[in-house]
Amino acid sequence: MQLAPILGRRLLGAAALILAVLVLNFVLIRLAPGDPALTIAGGMGGITEEILRDIRQAYGLDRPLHHQFALYLERMLSGDLGHSLFFNAPVIDLILDRLGPTVLLIMTAMAIALTLGTYLGVLASRKPGGFVTNLVTVLSLVGYSAPVFWTGIVLLLLFSATIPLFPLSGMYDVRADSAGLLLALDIAHHLALPAITLAIVFLAQYSRISRASMLDVLGAEYIRTARAKGLSDRAVLFRHALPNAILPVVTVAGLQFGNMLSGAVLVEVVFNWPGLGQLAFESILRRDHPTVLGILFFATVMVVAADLLTDIAYGIVDPRIRAGTSPP
Amino acid sequence: MTAPGNTHGAAPARSPAREKWAAFVRNRSAIAGLALIALVLAMTLIAPSFYAVDPFDIVWRPLAPPGEAPAVPLGSDFLGRDVLAGIIHGGRASLAVGASAAAICLIFGIAVGAAAGFYGGLVDEGLMRIAEFFQVLPALIFAMALVSLFGATLAIIAFAIGVVSWPPVARLTRAEFLRIKELDYVRASRAIGASDRRLIWRIILPGALPPLIVAATLTVGGAILFEAGLAFLGLGDPNAMSWGLMIGANRDFVLEAWWTVTLPGIAIFLTVLGVSLIGDGLTDALDPRRYGSHLRHRTRWRGQGR
Repeated sequence: MQLAPILGRRLLGAAALILAVLVLNFVLIRLAPGDPALTIAGGMGGITEEILRDIRQAYGLDRPLHHQFALYLERMLSGDLGHSLFFNAPVIDLILDRLGPTVLLIMTAMAIALTLGTYLGVLASRKPGGFVTNLVTVLSLVGYSAPVFWTGIVLLLLFSATIPLFPLSGMYDVRADSAGLLLALDIAHHLALPAITLAIVFLAQYSRISRASMLDVLGAEYIRTARAKGLSDRAVLFRHALPNAILPVVTVAGLQFGNMLSGAVLVEVVFNWPGLGQLAFESILRRDHPTVLGILFFATVMVVAADLLTDIAYGIVDPRIRAGTSPP
Repeated sequence: MTAPGNTHGAAPARSPAREKWAAFVRNRSAIAGLALIALVLAMTLIAPSFYAVDPFDIVWRPLAPPGEAPAVPLGSDFLGRDVLAGIIHGGRASLAVGASAAAICLIFGIAVGAAAGFYGGLVDEGLMRIAEFFQVLPALIFAMALVSLFGATLAIIAFAIGVVSWPPVARLTRAEFLRIKELDYVRASRAIGASDRRLIWRIILPGALPPLIVAATLTVGGAILFEAGLAFLGLGDPNAMSWGLMIGANRDFVLEAWWTVTLPGIAIFLTVLGVSLIGDGLTDALDPRRYGSHLRHRTRWRGQGR
């Protein structure tokens, strides 16, 4: 039972990080130029003295700072992320509405990048200097250097406007009133281009890491044993080497959830994908500060949770960590 | 000045710096990167004085394709502004924000990493917790929030990008400091009474520079991409033309006018590509741990043939 104390420490760290984000959010509103009540209300027109008075009351703006912070903490921790005056709805409802599409987009992109990236990495490890190795190098240069929103627009131009393979934007066809399996297929059809766009950024990185890690593992003695037993190349690579080589890829992938979120914001705007990024974009255009800060808070909690899950997944994938014994 | 392990058999001894430079220029992709960046710099620094069209001026009918008129060689955008002028003048904001954001990031990252690695203990613990905090913040959303609260000026944008990207630099600096501070020459300097300040800046930091230089180039590339992303979302400085701004502004017209979006994107792509090629070349040349044996062997062989 080595896992429990480690998990406990991790949970404590996660709680501290979330508290720190709350402090940051609180400080940001107070540091912003002008009346905090106006900042909270947002920059759109139609703000009356009455609304401002309500905000001052609700946020305790007329009371000392530590009092304001206590009040703020109490609201946030009870799940009240504020009220969006633009959408006239609680921020938490807005976020939960848009959460599904973002998670679907990120998970699909992650799955594509992980499987394809690892596969390419394994192939490249077989022949250093070969065709696949060069492909991986070129892919990673392009994946790193091309702005993700531009890649998305170019893919749209190619595979939607010029060759009409995929729909232009949105998450499903609003004209077709489909349900069940048809709806799922429709969503998958809309999801393809955005997910591929987002995956391109990370795919090359994963293939590079898995290639390096495979090369490390392939030098081990048990691989020589496996080869000496007369196992096929395939069995050696995928059954014996890969399970050991995949650890660093899993770690990096899990720790990149935040970067994925940043990429998803841009991809969602390009493809009109109705997720959190699109919401963040809309609320910034409307100077809807409670929604922007609510998304910042919520997204950070998601990143912290993803880091935590990566730690746990790491323990499951690597039996040495699970058993709490040191490697032989 | 040549370390014993560094001599090349019978070849005349060369200084490590020259050897590294030789390894760098021998790398074809690094040279391609240098050429790309030289081109981009020439375009953004010199070309505006030859091509003085204001990128905000409306000079032709909207959405004219490239080649339609000499006034708009690369076509016009949705308002009738010259795309070529935008590309030439737009580089300045992208590069300025990219470079200053990278500078902020490096100053933060090196200062924090050096303090954490050098002093260790509680200082290390505390600083690394702070770095961890900035690492879990979703960078783009945090920068969006900063810019929307404090306004979209080039300074705020550079600050926002720098603040979200320093933790990896800090971790790298810390790791190098932890490694180098135990080396004999550092212990010797300490023994003869070198002050902490001297140890950090004059004795340890120079040894930590090679990987930091690589990190710095990658940071510049990342910052340019980041600026482009913010500008694409309409959060760039509205008074400065930039490549990201062009793409964001013309996005809705891309189906009728591909050139308004594709061409500035190519400019961003080539710039970042140049920076990352240079970064790759520097990694090969400066960091013997990564591609060491392979390159070193080649250098030695060619060195003897000269």
